[in-house]
Amino acid sequence: MTAPVVDIAHATKRYGGRTAVDDVTLDIQAGESLALLGHNGAGKTTLMKLMLGLVRPDGGRVRVLGAEAGHPTAVRVRKGIGFLPEDVTFPGNTTGRAQLGFYARLKRVPSHECRALLERVGLAEAAGRRIGTYSKGMRQRLGLAQALLGAPGLLLLDEPTSGLDPGFQRDFFEILRGMTDAGATVLLSSHTLTEVEARRLERIAIMKNGRLAACGTLDELRAAAALPAQARVTVAPGTAAAVAARLGNGLAAARADDRTVDITCPPGETIALLRRIAALDGTVQDAEIRPPPLDALYGHYRGDDTRP
Amino acid sequence: MNALLTIAGKEIRDGFRNRWILAATLLLGALALILTLLGSAPTGAVDENRLAVTVVSLSSLGVFLIPLIALLLSYETFVVEVERGTMLLLLACPVARWQVVFGKFLGHVAILALATAAGYGAAGLVAGSGGSADGEAWRAFGAMMGTSALLGAIFVAIGYAISVATRDRGTAAGIAVAVWLVFVVLYDMALLGALVADEGHAISEALFGALLLINPVDLYRMFNLSHSEGVVALSGMADAAGRAGFGPSLLLSVMAAWVAAPLAAAALLFHRRAL
Repeated sequence: MTAPVVDIAHATKRYGGRTAVDDVTLDIQAGESLALLGHNGAGKTTLMKLMLGLVRPDGGRVRVLGAEAGHPTAVRVRKGIGFLPEDVTFPGNTTGRAQLGFYARLKRVPSHECRALLERVGLAEAAGRRIGTYSKGMRQRLGLAQALLGAPGLLLLDEPTSGLDPGFQRDFFEILRGMTDAGATVLLSSHTLTEVEARRLERIAIMKNGRLAACGTLDELRAAAALPAQARVTVAPGTAAAVAARLGNGLAAARADDRTVDITCPPGETIALLRRIAALDGTVQDAEIRPPPLDALYGHYRGDDTRP
Repeated sequence: MNALLTIAGKEIRDGFRNRWILAATLLLGALALILTLLGSAPTGAVDENRLAVTVVSLSSLGVFLIPLIALLLSYETFVVEVERGTMLLLLACPVARWQVVFGKFLGHVAILALATAAGYGAAGLVAGSGGSADGEAWRAFGAMMGTSALLGAIFVAIGYAISVATRDRGTAAGIAVAVWLVFVVLYDMALLGALVADEGHAISEALFGALLLINPVDLYRMFNLSHSEGVVALSGMADAAGRAGFGPSLLLSVMAAWVAAPLAAAALLFHRRAL
C-alpha cells in the first residue's frame, strides 16, 4: 500500500487561547476525494493551512505528498498542490490573463496551459479585462484556474462553490470529476454540501469545534448515525387517518392531509414497514422511503438537536 | 531564484500601472527641474557650477521626498495582501517566504530607482547641458543618484518591517508617518536642540558624529554634501563628515547596514508570521 497523500496525526493548532484544530487524525489516499464539512470556525480552513504549511501545528504531525508540511524543503512540494481559498481575491488592477500568467511562472507551468485553463473555466473572453471588473463567480473561476495549473496531484478547495450560481456549481463539479478521473486527490471543504455533491465525493469528514467528529462514506456515516428514514404514503382520499392508525403500530405515523401519511421509520425496520404498507393493498396509491437527509446527518454529528 | 525574479517583475509591472507612482515620479521630476532652474541664483552666474548646485538642491529635496515615497510604496505591501487574502494564494505556490520578501524588495527598489533616475535625471541633464559641468560634478551627481536609490532602499526595508509587524493598514500607516517624521524632521531638530542646550560639554565631536551615523537621512546628506569639493563649497556642510572622520566607504557601509537590518527583521518576522 502506498503512503497516503495527506497524513495527519493528532494535529493541534492553537491561536492564543482558542484551539482551532484539536487532535485531528486524518489520512487521504491517492486518488481519493473527501468532503470536509463543518460550520464556519469549525477548523476546516486552519486544517488546510496546516496542510499547506502556512501555519505550523502546535502538536502532532502533518505530512503532505510525503513531506512534512511547513518544513523549508516542503516548498517544492507545493508545486503538486492546487489551492483555492474561500472567497478568493486578486489584485484588481491586473487582467485575469496576467494574474494567471504570474501564478504559472511561479509554478513553472508553460503559458499555453493558461489559455487552455481559461477556456476550461469559461473565462477566455474576459481574460483580457481587469480583475476589478469581475463578478464573484468570475473571480472564483479564475481561482479555480490557478488551482488547476500544472495538473496538481492534490487539490485543496476551501468552500469553492459557496455563493455561486448553480450553473457554475455544475461546471465546477464536472471539472472536479475530470481531475479525479485523471487520478487527482481532492479535499473540498464546505458548510452547505448538497446530497448530489456529497454523492460525487468518496468520503465525508465532519469537523466540530476543531475536532474531527466523524469520517467515512456517506453510507457508513448514515449507518453509524442510525437516524430514522422518512416514509410518505399516499392513500385513497379520506383514508389517511385510518392508515396512520394501522401503520403507526410502534412507529411515529401522522396524517399530513386526508390523502398523505408521514411515518418515521427507525433503521432496520424499513423492510418491515414496506411489507405492512404492501399489506394495505388497494388503499395505498404510492409510497416513498427517503434516507435521513444530509442536513440531519450533518446535524447529528455536529451535536445539533435536529433528530427528526 | 526564479520565483524571486518573478515576484520582482510582477511588482515592477504593477508599479508601472500604478498612477500614484507615476504622480510621485512627476512630482519629483517637476520639483527637481524647478530647483535646478531656480537654483543657479546662489552661484551668481548661470553657467558656473550649475550641476554642483543641482546636487545640493536635489540632495535637500531627496531627504524629504525619497523616504516619503519609499515608505508610501512599502508600508502596505504585506499588511494589505494579508488582509485581502492575496498573500494566502501567493504563499500556497511553491515560493519560500524569503523569496517573497526579497522579490518584492527588488521590485520596489527598482521602481524607486527608475522614478529617481527619471525625475532627477531630467534635472541633471538640464543642469549639465552646455558643457559647463566637469567630471567631478558629474561624479557627484552620479553618486547622488546612487545614494538616492540606496536611501529609498533603506526606507522600503523599514516600510516592510512595519508592514510585516502590524495587523492592519491604519496602524502601519500611522507608524510609517511617525518613522518619516522622526528620521526626516524630528531627529535633527532634537540633535540641534541638544547641542545648543549642552553648549559643548557632554556632546563631544565624536559623539555628535556617531549620533549622525544613526540616522540614514543624515548619512545620505553627509555623503552627498561633504565629499565633493564643488558641492562642499556650496552646501554649507563644510566637511561635517570629514571632521567626524567618516569617509564615503564608511557612510555607504552604514547605509548598507540600514538596508540589511530592517530587511532581515522583515524577513524573519514574515517567516514566523501565521496567516
